[in-house]
Amino acid sequence: MAFTVLWLQSGGCGGCSMSLLCAETPDLVAQLRGAGVEFLWHPSLSEQSGTEVKALLADILAGRVRMDALCLEGAVLRGPEGTGRYHVMGGTDLPMMAWVRQLAAVARYVVAVGSCSAYGGMAAAAPNILDACGLQYEGVHPGGALGADFRAQSGLPVVNIAGCPTHPGWVIETLALLAQENLHAEDMDAVGRPRLYADQLVHQGCTRNEYYEYKASARQPAQLGCMMEYMGCVGTQAHADCNNRLWNGEGSCTRGGYACINCTAPEFEEPGHPFTQTPRIAGIPVGLPTDMPKAWFVALSTLAKAATPDRVARNAVSEHLLVPPSSTGAKA
Amino acid sequence: MVEQTKTRLVTGPFNRVEGDLEVRLDVVGHQVERAWVNAPLFRGIERVLEGRTPMDALVIAPRICGICSVSQSHAAALALGGVMGMVPTHNGQLATNLILATENLADHLTHFHLFFMPDFARPDYEGQPWHPRAYERFAALRGSAVRSILQTRALALHVMGILAGHWPHTLAIQPGGLSRGVEKQECTRLLGILGGVRAALEESLFGTRLEDVAALSAPQDLRHWRDKQNGSDFGLFLQIARDLALQHSGRSYDRFLSFGAYPGFESDPRQRHWCSGIFESGAVRALNIQEVREDHTFSHMAQAPQPLPPFEGTTEPHMREDVSYTWCKAPRMAGLPCETGALARQLMAGQPLVRALVADHGGNVLSRVVARLVEVARLVPLMEQWVRALRPGAPWCHAQPGTVPDGRAIGMTEAARGALGHWLCVEKGLISRYQIIAPTTWNFSPRDSAGVEGPLEYALRGAPVKEGEQTPLSVQHIVRSFDPCMACTVH
Repeated sequence: MAFTVLWLQSGGCGGCSMSLLCAETPDLVAQLRGAGVEFLWHPSLSEQSGTEVKALLADILAGRVRMDALCLEGAVLRGPEGTGRYHVMGGTDLPMMAWVRQLAAVARYVVAVGSCSAYGGMAAAAPNILDACGLQYEGVHPGGALGADFRAQSGLPVVNIAGCPTHPGWVIETLALLAQENLHAEDMDAVGRPRLYADQLVHQGCTRNEYYEYKASARQPAQLGCMMEYMGCVGTQAHADCNNRLWNGEGSCTRGGYACINCTAPEFEEPGHPFTQTPRIAGIPVGLPTDMPKAWFVALSTLAKAATPDRVARNAVSEHLLVPPSSTGAKA
Repeated sequence: MVEQTKTRLVTGPFNRVEGDLEVRLDVVGHQVERAWVNAPLFRGIERVLEGRTPMDALVIAPRICGICSVSQSHAAALALGGVMGMVPTHNGQLATNLILATENLADHLTHFHLFFMPDFARPDYEGQPWHPRAYERFAALRGSAVRSILQTRALALHVMGILAGHWPHTLAIQPGGLSRGVEKQECTRLLGILGGVRAALEESLFGTRLEDVAALSAPQDLRHWRDKQNGSDFGLFLQIARDLALQHSGRSYDRFLSFGAYPGFESDPRQRHWCSGIFESGAVRALNIQEVREDHTFSHMAQAPQPLPPFEGTTEPHMREDVSYTWCKAPRMAGLPCETGALARQLMAGQPLVRALVADHGGNVLSRVVARLVEVARLVPLMEQWVRALRPGAPWCHAQPGTVPDGRAIGMTEAARGALGHWLCVEKGLISRYQIIAPTTWNFSPRDSAGVEGPLEYALRGAPVKEGEQTPLSVQHIVRSFDPCMACTVH
């Protein structure tokens, strides 16, 4: 029996769906089939429109159609004044907030696809006139549209596939594991993210690691050096496997030459400083790796900077490899 | 004579339109008499941008939209570049164009195969000679074309993996160029990807060389080509279009707007490969961007005494019972509604087939879809040319100052679905105003203070409604022929 998914969109950009369509290899349809996952309805992919969709929703609520997972993409909009009328589902005159609450109550699993539906995300950025929030979080605080105590019929809280956007692999693997009844509370981290991707750091697998080791830093876009010291990169703290899993073939933010902005984290949209500038106190970047004593970091960096090979120092501030590694000098 | 009764249909939730949409229809007899188009979701990103460091727009603007993400980035980078007095490096411009073209291409392929064609596979069309094939190829989530186009699209988006980190939501496009330089080996891989995309499109979408499609010049060429029945999906669409007379469906005002696509024609950052303009009555005229106003009369927005230019515009939500009916504002050019999209772009660019189709029957379901597919056939060779023009070793991005000076500028570009503008004001080092007009804001705008309908509302007049239809198929074809993006519309 197929694992049935209803996918709805609210306060967001639709980019997690667009990213999902990038799934390979094989393609999305083949992967879903392989995992036994079937869409009851998806706003970009399904045939049904209008009355056909309304009939389906009525069938789900009445228990005539089984819905294993409710996926929401985009934040829940509670405004204005708690009415939810900043998003009234087309053709229904009922706020999406109300639809989501009713449908979540009958879902075996509830899945937030993307940082908006998980925590509020960019939709909830200040001044948040929308009063946007996540399904079960409001930024870092448990709560949100369904409340901290919400549990889906399976007993699991909302599964937060956070990311802006989400990687197609994160979504497909999470749904596949749910379909196998093989994603449990211990497989989710402290903010509800599947550990299948959130137990890694973006830093792991970053191609700029040699520059990081020596604190050989880029100062301008397109330069090859590490982007942590000046360019706002927080890959050493960001939970995701972007530099191992890779995007659209061979990409990632850092491989694309720009900072990791920690888009899988609650409140990434409000870093408290310009996104692409590293805030510094007394010359030391604020926001060092979370599990390293600061004194050690400073000591190691000072030592590493002093030991930086000329090759690494020069390449770090160049757009092109100026000095290749020596192929004659290294002998044991 | 018996007076015909008027019935009111409320259609929605509309899918395959990138976001949420509701269309209210007054039906008299078997035709739509009047339509009201409602974008039922409000986003408010302009308000998020206000008060922030200008360069943060490069992070926030792409997140307006998951399908026009790169176009939003580009408009923001152009606006910032305008304030900073900065244009991209030669490589940066070419690479930015490649990124934009990849999104444009991927969006057109998504639209045709996943959003538009599945409606012809519906059981309502059983009995039509082409229905078995339409079903086999395009049935939603099941058709053979669905899997193959997902593969081709994913392959095309490998261009993003190389040049832009990923798609959507890249931060690679900068006012001074691109954040990622590539070497010869990456250029080779880019050509390999485009070769794969070309092969796939020539095999199934067109059944012939892209250059043959790009060179189609007269409606009779199109008819000959259709009647050859080469087994292509484009050919199938043309048969469907003939049998359903789609050239007579969804005509709007025939006033077309483009902001011009792909800067850097002949290495001049002010020149676009496909030029900007207004196309009306068979001729292109220059557009005067100062003539743009946004009318809030029927939008859920606070009112101004008269429609304001975007540099003075506001986004203050204000729902007014029984008056306002959508979150979409009503942009007007010199007071008039305009249609935008691939059709407008190819009209400005002077593509002869597109010009001829519009001369015959104006903008309609057929000409909008043909323009999109002709554009696909023109884009891939252009992209191949741009890759060959990249100069590894030459600069990718100009050094950028630490702060953005005060000032104001407009970033004008084209998303797959048409003209996109960002109006940016910087004061005391922060964004003081940020107004966005997205393509579907033009196409799906509500009525204005003069009661003049938006382009889709007007295009729906006269659409046939069959007995018992609640979400009339003709309306669905017309709506989707614009390739709407509702997420952008309400930004």
